[in-house]
Amino acid sequence: MTTVSEEMRELGRALSTQFAENFLGSREDRGELTLWVLPPAWRDAARFLRAGGYDHLSDLTAVDYLDREPRFDVMAIVASHQTHDFIRLKTVVADGQPVDSLVPVWIGADWFEREVFDLFGIEFLEHPNLKRILLPKDYQGHPLRKDYPVTGPAGSRFR
Amino acid sequence: MELVTPDNGGEKEQRMLYSSDSFFPPQGRTSGFGFVTTNLSKVIDYFGVDKYIRLARKHSVWPALFGLACCAIEMMATSGSRFDISRFGAEVFRASPRQSDLMIVAGRVSIKMAPVLRQIYDQMPDPKWVISMGACASCGGVFNNYAIVQGVDKIVPVDVYVAGCPPTPEALLTAFNMLQEKIEHGIPPGVSPAVAHSADPSLVRLNMASVAPYPG
Amino acid sequence: MSTSDTNTLSSGVYTEEDPSGYTILNMGPQHPSTHGVLRLILTLDGERVVRSEPDIGYLHTGIEKTAEVKTYQQALTLTDRMDYLAPLSNNLGFSLAVEKLLGIEVPERVSHIRVLLAELQRVASHMVWLGTSGLDAGAMSMFLYCFQEREIILDLFEAVSGVRMMTSYIQPGGLMADLNPGFLEMTEKVINELESKIDMYYGLLDRNPIWNERTKKIGILTPEMAREYAIVGPVARASGVDWDLRRDRPYAAYADYEFKVPIRTEGDSYSRYIVRMEEIEESLKICRQALGKITPPGVGVPYRTDDRKIVPPPKYEIQYSMESLIHHFKLFTEGFTPPPGDVYVAVEGPRGEVGFHMVSDGSNKPYRMRVRTPSFTNVQLIPELIKGLLLADVVVILASIDFVLGDCDR
Repeated sequence: MTTVSEEMRELGRALSTQFAENFLGSREDRGELTLWVLPPAWRDAARFLRAGGYDHLSDLTAVDYLDREPRFDVMAIVASHQTHDFIRLKTVVADGQPVDSLVPVWIGADWFEREVFDLFGIEFLEHPNLKRILLPKDYQGHPLRKDYPVTGPAGSRFR
Repeated sequence: MELVTPDNGGEKEQRMLYSSDSFFPPQGRTSGFGFVTTNLSKVIDYFGVDKYIRLARKHSVWPALFGLACCAIEMMATSGSRFDISRFGAEVFRASPRQSDLMIVAGRVSIKMAPVLRQIYDQMPDPKWVISMGACASCGGVFNNYAIVQGVDKIVPVDVYVAGCPPTPEALLTAFNMLQEKIEHGIPPGVSPAVAHSADPSLVRLNMASVAPYPG
Repeated sequence: MSTSDTNTLSSGVYTEEDPSGYTILNMGPQHPSTHGVLRLILTLDGERVVRSEPDIGYLHTGIEKTAEVKTYQQALTLTDRMDYLAPLSNNLGFSLAVEKLLGIEVPERVSHIRVLLAELQRVASHMVWLGTSGLDAGAMSMFLYCFQEREIILDLFEAVSGVRMMTSYIQPGGLMADLNPGFLEMTEKVINELESKIDMYYGLLDRNPIWNERTKKIGILTPEMAREYAIVGPVARASGVDWDLRRDRPYAAYADYEFKVPIRTEGDSYSRYIVRMEEIEESLKICRQALGKITPPGVGVPYRTDDRKIVPPPKYEIQYSMESLIHHFKLFTEGFTPPPGDVYVAVEGPRGEVGFHMVSDGSNKPYRMRVRTPSFTNVQLIPELIKGLLLADVVVILASIDFVLGDCDR
């Protein structure tokens, strides 16, 4: 099982002091470290982690907690090629609130954010090309939201 | 006798047009060639060459490449050396739909792919047949959700359905053989053998069990 | 209902240039060389690609959404169908993630069997890649050779689970069933046969002048670009990025195995080809080591964990044990319920890092199953790699990246 190393905790503490007013908290669970920041510090926190050695972006996605306000958790999982660790960086946004795009930090975040926009409806500021990527261009609705039915809207012509 | 078409809400683009879109032909004639070759059809009838045309068609069915997902890999394995679909006549998988007879819809059809599927089907010249390979193509399969068309027979008329996820190459070859028997007996494309038989009992009924590799 | 955009130039191309004289070519979703339903909108200046835009989503299946309404055991079967050339790797990633959520360990024998199957799956997947790459470049006999090798590996999967491809054999808690008697001997024969043919496979394409012309110095990927675009897998390793999850974050007993991770620095299509060929060799070595570590099946030999709240008890126990009956009932009506929280587990599939981020809210269904697939980021790279190259090179680059659209679109 993985464990949280002392360097990771150091980095978490450094992040919390750097972005003191936007830092929400950190959590260690089942050997993984998760750091929460508020949206104003999202891009700078990602840059901070990248500068701290975690320069491989593993994943950038969102989770919908329908019965919680703010509703969405946008998260990025970053990894370090030297220490072979993963850190999860999360931010919380409400429905309709946009988030800073991470494309200036990693170009590869482009399609991850397009997918989050497509399936959740979260907008990313300063994204070069924010359009639907997986669903048809004229599709209505955002399927991965918890209040969207699995079988799609009623009256779909393909059912 | 009317062909039964499913009611898809009445929109024009939803209507399924069967490729031989008129009738059950009198016994022995292949699907209608059109005005120019009507005399040719009479000649063919007179000499009884029709049987040989169907035989030639049956032994040279060329599939169009329409592999979408996992079933496409099993389709490629069917064209490999162990299962070898080309011994039945499907020598080449044509990339261009304009040069192919058969569309094996291998894989799940998403809602973004559905118009493409119909366009490729429309580009194929008559006579053309469709094998719906796998559970996802036949009925939506494992994926009963917003993104997958629940069966390609909502979009194109299907001749043979193959069950499996993915079907083994042997199952696909069985389906291919059934299709060949169907062609041999002159059943129009897009019409299932049972429907054809019930409409016109003089058409020979396919004995499907005779080609199945498993008993029963 | 047309398949093309109404105005390609305004549909997401980043820079505006003078479009006169350029041809816009739609390498459409149905194409023999796109390895699936990928649509590339190419802007060509004669034969040279000026810019391009991939259009994915033609195989979007909504697996992540569907997994939210299935129990954990049911969602396992959905993971098979994502990267359909390596279903066992997906199963392994899912099972490890769910086991981490549950906080259980599986017996060591199970981990060794998982390693063996994952490596056999890697060889089978690379065989498909090699066959289709050769086919795209014009060497059609590669296709027939490679698929025959794949058939003997699929025979092994069929022997152990009954299914050639979508086995769902690696399950949270262990395996679906124990290995069948004689499996280890069968595997040894298969590995002997494959190892004796590796040199032949090298020799088929390695020094072929046409293959060299078509792949050397084509589609060069620098390590900096690989890090920017979050590229993983053999594509990144061929550019010098030394990241292999089997060695760096060992999972499922990989720490007990000795193997090399092939790295190249040139970053062109030829080095991607060499990296994968060497990976086949290393996988066979790992398989051979695994064969020595697995005890043959028998009575009392474990093939899954003992925790009855997660795996059902043997059927005969239900007849005399009330507790077993209750466990069986709970598991087949409700399923197991991991404690709330989230985990991220990544395994090294044949295409790269397959990461499963599972969020549990304490119920029997995953709250969110997020799959980070390697093909998604690797397809993003295509416009960068093919800029300025000929149309014929596009085909070779698509083959060398080895993406799978089911993996990309999910």
